[in-house]
Amino acid sequence: MNAETPDILVVGAGPAGLAAAIEASEHGASVTVADENAKPGGQLLKQTHRFFGSERHYAGTRGIDIGTKLVHKANDIGVKILLDTPVVGIFDGLVAMAVKQRRLLAMHPQRTILATGAAENAISFPGWTLPGVMTAGAAQTFVNVHRVRVGERVVIVGSGNVGLIVAYQLRQAGSDVAAIVEAMPNIGGWGVHAAKIRRMGIPILPQHTIKETRGDGRVEQVVIHQIDKRFRPVPGTETVIEADTVCLAAGMSPRSRLAEMAGCAFVNVPELGGRMPVHNVVMQTSVSGFYSAGDIAGIEEASTAIEEGKLAGLGAAFSLGRVEQTVYKERLMAYTEALDELRCGPFGKERKQAKDRVVKRYDEIAN
Amino acid sequence: MRRIHEHPILGTLKDAEECTIVVDSKLMLARAGEPILAALLAHGVYATRLTEKLREPRGLFCGIGLCTDCLVTVNGVQNVRSCITPVEEGMVIETQTGGKRER
Amino acid sequence: MTKLQTDNECKGLRRTGILSCEELASCPGIPSEERLREGPVAVIECGEEIPCDPCEANCPRGAIHIGDVITSRPYLDGDSCVGCALCVSHCPGLAIFVVDLRREEGDKVTLPCEFLPLPKPGEIVHGMNREGEIVCDAQIVKVDTNTHNDRTAVVTLLVPKGYGMEVRFFCEDEGKNDGEQG
Repeated sequence: MNAETPDILVVGAGPAGLAAAIEASEHGASVTVADENAKPGGQLLKQTHRFFGSERHYAGTRGIDIGTKLVHKANDIGVKILLDTPVVGIFDGLVAMAVKQRRLLAMHPQRTILATGAAENAISFPGWTLPGVMTAGAAQTFVNVHRVRVGERVVIVGSGNVGLIVAYQLRQAGSDVAAIVEAMPNIGGWGVHAAKIRRMGIPILPQHTIKETRGDGRVEQVVIHQIDKRFRPVPGTETVIEADTVCLAAGMSPRSRLAEMAGCAFVNVPELGGRMPVHNVVMQTSVSGFYSAGDIAGIEEASTAIEEGKLAGLGAAFSLGRVEQTVYKERLMAYTEALDELRCGPFGKERKQAKDRVVKRYDEIAN
Repeated sequence: MRRIHEHPILGTLKDAEECTIVVDSKLMLARAGEPILAALLAHGVYATRLTEKLREPRGLFCGIGLCTDCLVTVNGVQNVRSCITPVEEGMVIETQTGGKRER
Repeated sequence: MTKLQTDNECKGLRRTGILSCEELASCPGIPSEERLREGPVAVIECGEEIPCDPCEANCPRGAIHIGDVITSRPYLDGDSCVGCALCVSHCPGLAIFVVDLRREEGDKVTLPCEFLPLPKPGEIVHGMNREGEIVCDAQIVKVDTNTHNDRTAVVTLLVPKGYGMEVRFFCEDEGKNDGEQG
């Protein structure tokens, strides 16, 4: 073990990773966080809107500011954050990363917490490769982080929270949003996000999808059509929208390549975005020494990512003998209760049941 | 000009050091440290490359360095991800066709 | 370009993003008719159970109740509410408004606005309803950009009598749908 190897390596400096690092540091573990981006904060960097949840989840605070708070907390407590440092592989517990995208550094930390988040799903249709078609996340990144408009008039595919929020943010950035199309009969995201959009005059069209985009060198027209309950196009319902941008907000999937390389067992959970590594109540995966937290462990929100990060940090530190039994039990209960609270209501219920299944699967595999 | 100078939440865009880059033999002013693709988009350049066989234009797709759609040639080196690579003073950027490395 | 027709017809929040009359009536955050007539009061158009409580946490009068279950919809205690509008900028969903329906010369609607350019007091704008339709002219009375609102401007509009429970947004130019920069 050389000077560069921490007790715990956290992969990803988003809300889950930072929360995990802070928690583990509080118990005296040495923690390094490696993140591929130039700035820490993960998705929080792009979220200009206020967050939900309760005070412990920074409710009412803008995502960008939550990111800053977490980074300061991590820095204050002595967490080392390596930026521009993608973790490129895990080989029998050996973690390889490219420091500043150049120097290869391999280390064998005692514990590794994977908090690599999720990536947007791509959906294809004729013309989808034309410049102007992009993921909703790409639009958010360029508008909110790089301060460049991605287009003048946008059609958004998908009315989950991402699609609804990005529509709002694109308007704040000065772009026009022509419509949000949604394949299902109902709007996917929260009513308050949809209400904000509708009162601005942006149409949300359930049971509609993109047929194709047209243009020379760039999107110039977007053709949408209605679909039936079996997702078949309804003939004669094509509408041509003059637009130069399409943002795809059709769901996200965990970024779990590193978990695969580490040999983690996976489970398919459609309610949480698809294939994800199984984990137990303290976020430990099926491979000893490896933990997961945040969107890699199922697509939810920043608030659940923070609580899962705390659980993973707690679990990892406890397994290293850094946490007293009573403190461990107290915090385990507190964080689990917080998660249960967040997973209430019509939107959260399904995710709670899905998470219970994941933990159950872990138990089946472990025994 | 596509730069967002005033934003209701992010505020006024701070002044940044100017950075001169060359894009397909034309001089372009960029903001120091921003990704190449941000400078290109700010100047209305959307296509970073053409595909090998069908010569179809490609550009921004994922924005976070995952999909490799936004590749450009930088200082003679092909297949650089323009969405995450920061500009540098004097950088020579060429939109590329295909992506096979010259041997 | 054909105007995209949305199929609204009272289909409700899940289907259209617009609270139907029944859904509005059943929101515990909507004050009674009687209270609405008495003067400035908050109108919390929070129709779904989501985990969120900054409204309760920030009300200086304790007039908003969510309770132990954080996903409960907020209940407004009309007797305790004085219509101070602090909640308007603190709601992450931008779902809280303050209305004053007392006067004959017009209703006042206070709403959150996070767009540029912000309007100026005295300016005439168009009042928009929950469906994004222009329903009346309105005059800007006040634009509060105090830092405690954390970049959510709190704008008060004077709308014609009877529109106080309808106008929930506004726009500047004819044909443009909000006051955002071009």
